[in-house]
Amino acid sequence: MRISLMATCLVDAMFPDVGRATVGLLRRLGHRVEVPAEQTCCGQMHLNTGYGPRALGVVRHHVTAFAGAEVVVAPSASCVASVRHGHAALARAAGEPGLAAEAEALGARTHELSELLVDVLGVTEVGAWYPHRVTWHPTCHSLRLLQVGDRPRRLLEAVEDLELVELPGAEQCCGFGGTFALKNPAVSSAMLDDKVRHVLDSGAAVCSAGDSSCLMQIGGGLTRRSSPVRTVHLAEILASSR
Amino acid sequence: MNAADGGATRIPVSTPGVGHLRAERPFPTSAREAVADRALRANLTAATTRIRAKRDAAVAEVPDWAELRAAGAAIKDDVLAHLDTYLVRLEEQVTARGGTVHWAADAAEADRIVVELVTATGASEVVKVKSMTTMEIGLNEALAAAGIEAVETDLAELIVQLGDDWPSHFLVPAIHRNRREIRDIFLSAMPGVDPGLSEDPAALAEAARAYLRARFLSARVAVSGANFAVAETGTLAVVESEGNGRMCLTLPETLITVMGIEKLVPRWADLEVLMQLLPRSSTAERMNPYTSFWSGSTEGQAFHLVLVDNGRTATLADPDGRAALRCIRCSACLNVCPVYERVGGHAYGSVYPGPIGAVLSPQLTGVAANPTLPFASTLCGACYEVCPVAIDIPTMLVHLRERVVASGAEPAAERAGMAALAWVMSRRRRFDVALAGLRTGRLLGRRHGRVRRLPPPLSAWTATRDLPRPPERSFLDWWDEEGRR
Repeated sequence: MRISLMATCLVDAMFPDVGRATVGLLRRLGHRVEVPAEQTCCGQMHLNTGYGPRALGVVRHHVTAFAGAEVVVAPSASCVASVRHGHAALARAAGEPGLAAEAEALGARTHELSELLVDVLGVTEVGAWYPHRVTWHPTCHSLRLLQVGDRPRRLLEAVEDLELVELPGAEQCCGFGGTFALKNPAVSSAMLDDKVRHVLDSGAAVCSAGDSSCLMQIGGGLTRRSSPVRTVHLAEILASSR
Repeated sequence: MNAADGGATRIPVSTPGVGHLRAERPFPTSAREAVADRALRANLTAATTRIRAKRDAAVAEVPDWAELRAAGAAIKDDVLAHLDTYLVRLEEQVTARGGTVHWAADAAEADRIVVELVTATGASEVVKVKSMTTMEIGLNEALAAAGIEAVETDLAELIVQLGDDWPSHFLVPAIHRNRREIRDIFLSAMPGVDPGLSEDPAALAEAARAYLRARFLSARVAVSGANFAVAETGTLAVVESEGNGRMCLTLPETLITVMGIEKLVPRWADLEVLMQLLPRSSTAERMNPYTSFWSGSTEGQAFHLVLVDNGRTATLADPDGRAALRCIRCSACLNVCPVYERVGGHAYGSVYPGPIGAVLSPQLTGVAANPTLPFASTLCGACYEVCPVAIDIPTMLVHLRERVVASGAEPAAERAGMAALAWVMSRRRRFDVALAGLRTGRLLGRRHGRVRRLPPPLSAWTATRDLPRPPERSFLDWWDEEGRR
């Protein structure tokens, strides 16, 4: 299958290894990966902070950048949710029904990584090997906006030599929340404290999730406490092989 | 005045709501102090964790919960779409059964009406139950100014009142207090209390019981709120756990009920749905212990119903915000909210705290009076998931954030930054230039491979967590240079 990768601005700028892992994984599964060269950002930060009308140009740009894509995958649930739920609504509110229709169609063929693997490609066993003890943080937007359910867990459970351990209070938010982390830093940090404590309590060597933004928050808390527990994106685990 | 659009409702829109709906200080400031209060956080985490688990179990028992939830939302939407018709029907029915209906455009008018009604009876003391709406309108202060003492009879509200405090939760107004604190409050403020009072819950309840029983027997006037009003028969309903409400509602010669105009339902049959949703969502009970219904005046008791707008019609006028008026005050959203769990109710500065408060309070007052509450959320979505009437609080928060931004309330630097970022993100070559700038950030974090300190506003991040050192090249650069093949 020809699959277009929406890297997301955060992965593009800060976590290129997550993009490389996604490319490697999809190629190993026999698919052709394209990376539309004009892509930038889905505008989620604007949309969620009340600057939606400001982001109309960003949305238009995104729709144009991916116009030729048949199937799009992004290693981020919150960016997919922004594309799938936010873009068309914004275009409609701005009185651009044409753009809204295009955005809606693009949203329908844009998938978060675990959705793409399980629902579109029909695989849970991706040939990965990861000999580590891993705990899984189900990010809020994967859980509640995309409702990916147990898809990531099924993928992880099929990874050879991976030991999956429970994360206490797994479904509680890590406290990132985009600009929330800057607008309400005390509350964000208090939520992070509890998340880090739970990660440490889990006994895992690796905390994984499907969103680099949440992992940036959790990872930032772990290294600040000089913890040896690492944060690793789902794509990197699934791309890992013998 | 505008007319509320959409649906069939044509109701004039009142002035913004006033009363205890807005904070004196911005939410981030109050929240920072609340987060630092270790005892408060321990009380809140213990209480919310316990009730979350109980609520999940109570809801899991109901196989058709999703359908009930959809039905609850539909009932309330119908109420909002035909509020004009149903309110008039309610008034007709209450009046036909000997009650008197009063209409209050805002908190000040509602206070004035109640004070006049109490004054006319000659009473100098009232007993109260289900006090949230009366807290909203500041009724106790208005009564005190007229020389009338109000006694809260719900145990938790009594604790709050004796502690000269404010409620911090709908269902458990004293959730921020532990037993020891409650005993200390009783010892210092409850007349006639046994000085040897222990912190055993049964002993605390018994002390409150002895104190309140005397007040029930002497009070000639009661003031209540209401959970529901049934328009077709003019029947009011109060749902409670202690039975104190029932004594309040039945013993005094005059009963004055203060109710928000959105609290009504058209038919008794609607309660079949809402009375399944409410107890399981709030106390995690299959059915609450006491549910009282009354229609108009009863023998030996005069009845007045005060219908309060106080910003509700303004909320109704906003198609993207009006669903907040579906709320049945169950408090499930407070109990699951990760922000509420860390800061408690007082940080919100309104009698309506938590996620629903963050969307309701700014709508009742207008966003200009409450510009920080819509940002008091990570948009995690836990509130929407548990809401028994399916209020999409995260989407509504985003809508209100847009209204705050449109009002120009956000800092100029933020607005400029967001505008610049939108410009950058609208063309790849602009983003590439920005990424080249980001790479100069590699000068930071050379020692640890992590960025540990940044100037404001990013210092808000690095105060408590690291940032990764920016990579040598972006993902798209890697793709161009070697990834593509």
